[in-house]
This record gives sequence, structure tokens and C-alpha cells, in this order.
Amino acid sequence: MKAILLTAVLAAAPAHAATIAMEDQSQLQPTAQPDASAFKPPLESELPDNAYGKLVRQGYALFVDTKRLAPQFVGNGLNCSNCHLDQGRMANSAPLWGAYPMYPAYRKKNDKVNTFAERLQGCFQFSMNGGIPPAADSPEITALSVYAYWLSSKAPLGVELPGRGYPEVAQPAKGYDLAQGAQVYTGQCAVCHGAEGEGQKVGGAYAMPPLWGKDSYNWGAGMHRINTAASFIKHNMPLGKIGSLSDQQAWDVAAYINRHERPQDPRLVEGSVEKTRVKFHANDGVNLYGQTVDGVLIGQGIR
Amino acid sequence: MKSLERALMGGALGLLLGNAYALDGNKIFTEGGSQPGAMSCVACHGADGLGLAAAGFPRLAGLPAHYVRKQLADFASGARNNPVMQPLAKALTDLEIAALSDAVAAMPAPQTAMPSRSQMPADPIEKLALQGAWERQIPACVSCHGPGGVGVGDAFPPLASQPAAYLAAQLSAWQNGTRRNDPNDLMGHIAKSMTADEVQGVAHYFASLPAQAKP
Repeated sequence: MKAILLTAVLAAAPAHAATIAMEDQSQLQPTAQPDASAFKPPLESELPDNAYGKLVRQGYALFVDTKRLAPQFVGNGLNCSNCHLDQGRMANSAPLWGAYPMYPAYRKKNDKVNTFAERLQGCFQFSMNGGIPPAADSPEITALSVYAYWLSSKAPLGVELPGRGYPEVAQPAKGYDLAQGAQVYTGQCAVCHGAEGEGQKVGGAYAMPPLWGKDSYNWGAGMHRINTAASFIKHNMPLGKIGSLSDQQAWDVAAYINRHERPQDPRLVEGSVEKTRVKFHANDGVNLYGQTVDGVLIGQGIR
Repeated sequence: MKSLERALMGGALGLLLGNAYALDGNKIFTEGGSQPGAMSCVACHGADGLGLAAAGFPRLAGLPAHYVRKQLADFASGARNNPVMQPLAKALTDLEIAALSDAVAAMPAPQTAMPSRSQMPADPIEKLALQGAWERQIPACVSCHGPGGVGVGDAFPPLASQPAAYLAAQLSAWQNGTRRNDPNDLMGHIAKSMTADEVQGVAHYFASLPAQAKP
């Protein structure tokens, strides 16, 4: 009975589907692309054995082993490759070859034209909860930029390639349901990510990434948006069974994941969740930051 | 005096249960269970629990207790089809299974070196193991089974230090449906996308990973 009531309340709650301003080039809505016709990045076997090839390999290493190789810039337990599958190569998984040729670009997030280096710094600051990000001319940003450039070899400049980003999964007519999301999570996600979203470790390092809590992305990361997480999940999860979740399930479980606490938005305004919500979250897709769910304020952050 | 009888019986039962909780898993491992057909494990899995590579009998030493319990239950139910293990698993009591699972989990296992994530694969089989083949929805083996295939948690068993013949036989069993006891058909789904060469290749890859260097 309690569960039914909860479901009813949640279903009735407004979903806050604020429309993203379309001039924000970082949030264009790409369409899903079957792999067969997607852009093909070069193979590792084609890498030249010279200074350039060496830097590409360094970028690759940083991309897949970020926490271990750049611990001073990673405040949580994540690696770039957790959200960009197949080493940043996979279509519909925000591939680097879909991003690199689109920069410099205006981003509403910081209301300016961003270089690719600045975009990478944003990843470190928010998705990696890394505090002050590596400088634009640091070895880390340079290596990652070179890796992204290499993956984009022969890609057209400034052209939206099919398979870029996480193709938008439209919000279902019924909105989302946190109780249903909890069920999807328990049945499909917990086996890898843990019953409490805590991930799983081997030898002190995460083998499977935490989805909430102190070692996950912070409240400023794009993945905190339910629409973004739903799109990522629909096109990338569960591993090996991509496409097995319905749009509704993807939205429900994305909302369930993103109702949990995580590190505070580093842009916190005067220590106030409400001020931060108004300034940064009120018009940032669908998200629960600064809202109250089951009587609890979401977005208080976690250390 | 039926009630006295009953009290005595109850006491005896309690004593039995008390003893059962203290069952020696190592003894079951070496000598078998209490019921007919519950043969010892050592004949096939070795006195050290490291298996018998030539015959494709897997190592049990160091496997997660929860995983071993589940496999024994699945042998008994047939969700994991094995003509040798099914009668054995059926002959073990629940308490014996629990004690045995804890005992094998505690046995020392070889420590496999864990290559870093950033290691680039040298050949197509290593590529499958470390990076996967996403165009066929095959994630990297290590993405679930951990770096070096050392296993992750209760659901993803170690591949390292398992006989190649065992690993290949399991992949074949996932492919032909004689093993179907994984969560959400995760492994079955992936195995069915693998070629025969890939099955043999990754089986030998994980079976032959070097041990961790002694510090």
C-alpha cells in the first residue's frame, strides 16, 4: 500500500522537463546511429612509432586509467572510459571522434565559447569531481587532446557526425517513476554497481564504477541530468545487452540513480543549494537538484 | 511418556544441528559428505583445490563462497548442467554446502598479476580480453571479471588460474545453453556472440596469465 502511494505521488510530481536552449552546442540532440554506418576511428595498429604516436598512447592510457594516472585531478573513483565506452570509440557513447571536431563551441554551462581543452577541464571538474582541473597546456590535457584528435582522423570538421553524444531518449509521456526505477536498478544494475550504487573494487581500485556517493560524479556533471543519464543508459547499459531496456525503464532508473546524493556542485552559490539550483539547475534539462523527494532536500552534497 | 520422548528427541536434534553448524568444510572437501554419493572433492579438484588442468577440472581454491554455494545449488537444480556434479551436489546437505563453500573460499589461490587498464593489447585475442568487440556487443572480459581476470565480487568469478579446457568448456556450455545460471543471461548473451577461435583464444589467455611477482 505504501509502495502504491509512493508510486502515485512520484508519478504525480512534475518532471521539470525544461527545454534546453538550442544555441547550446554542447547539448544538441543527436539521433541514434547503428554502429555499421558510424564513423570509423583509426586502429591502434595504425599508430605511428614516433613522438606523435607516443603521445596518443599516453592519452589513451589517461583516458582508460584516469584515476590511477592522474590522481591529483580525479576526486572520485571514475575513469573517462566509464562514460565513454570502448576507449572513447563507440558510437552513441559520446565518442571522442564525435566531440573533438565540434570544438571550439559555445556552451551554455559556462556561457562562453569553449576550446576542446576547456571542455576537457569541465570533465575533470564535474564528472571526475577533481577540484582545480589540469591547466590547458598541462601534459594531461595535451595527451587527452592528442588522443581525441587521433581518434577523429579523417573526420570532417564542424560536422555533427551520426553517433556523437548520447542520442536523446525522449521523456516518456508518463514522466518517470522512482519506485519503478528502484526495481530496474535492483534487477539489472546492482549486480555490477552494488545494491547501494557503491560500485565494486578489486585490489583497492574500482572495477565497476560507483553511481552515487562520494566516489561518483558530482552535482555539476552532465550525467546528473536525468535526461542525459537516461540516454546514456539506453544506449550503453547493461554491458553486452545494449538496447534491452525500454525508454521508460531507462528514464525510471536514471531518475532513481540521480535522486541519490553525490559530491556537491563545485559552483555552489554562497553555500546555498537553492541559489545554486536557480542559477545552474533550473534550466538544465531534467534534474532533481534542489528539489525535495520524500521530504528530503536533494543536492546537499556528500563528502 | 510421549512428551519426555519428544523433549529428548528435540534435545538430540538440537545437538545435531549445533554440530552441523560447526561442520568442518575441509573435512567434507577431503572425505566427502555424510550422505551416500557425496564423494570427496579432492579426486578431481586436487588436494590443494587448484583443479586438474589436463582434465579441465576447475580450481575451487579462492573462489567466492557465495559463488560456490550458488554453483552447487545450480548443479542440483540443473540450471548448470553437469552429469558428474549434479548427483554430488544433490547428495550434499545445505549445511554441508555452506561449510564446504566457506572452506574452499579460504584455500590459498595463486595471485595473478593485474595488468593496468592502460596496457594496449598486442593481438586480437588480447584485444578481446582487454577491450572487447563492441560491434558485436562483446564487452572486454576484464570489464566484468576484473583486471587480469581475477574476479569481481560474488557474481563474476575469476578466470585467472583456471584451466583453459575448463574455461573453453564453460563458454561452450553458455553457447549451447547447458549452462544458463548467470544473472540476466549476461554471460550467455556474450558467449553466443563469440567464435570458436575466440573461445579457445581467451580461454588460453586467462589460463596462462603470469602469477604476481613476489614482493
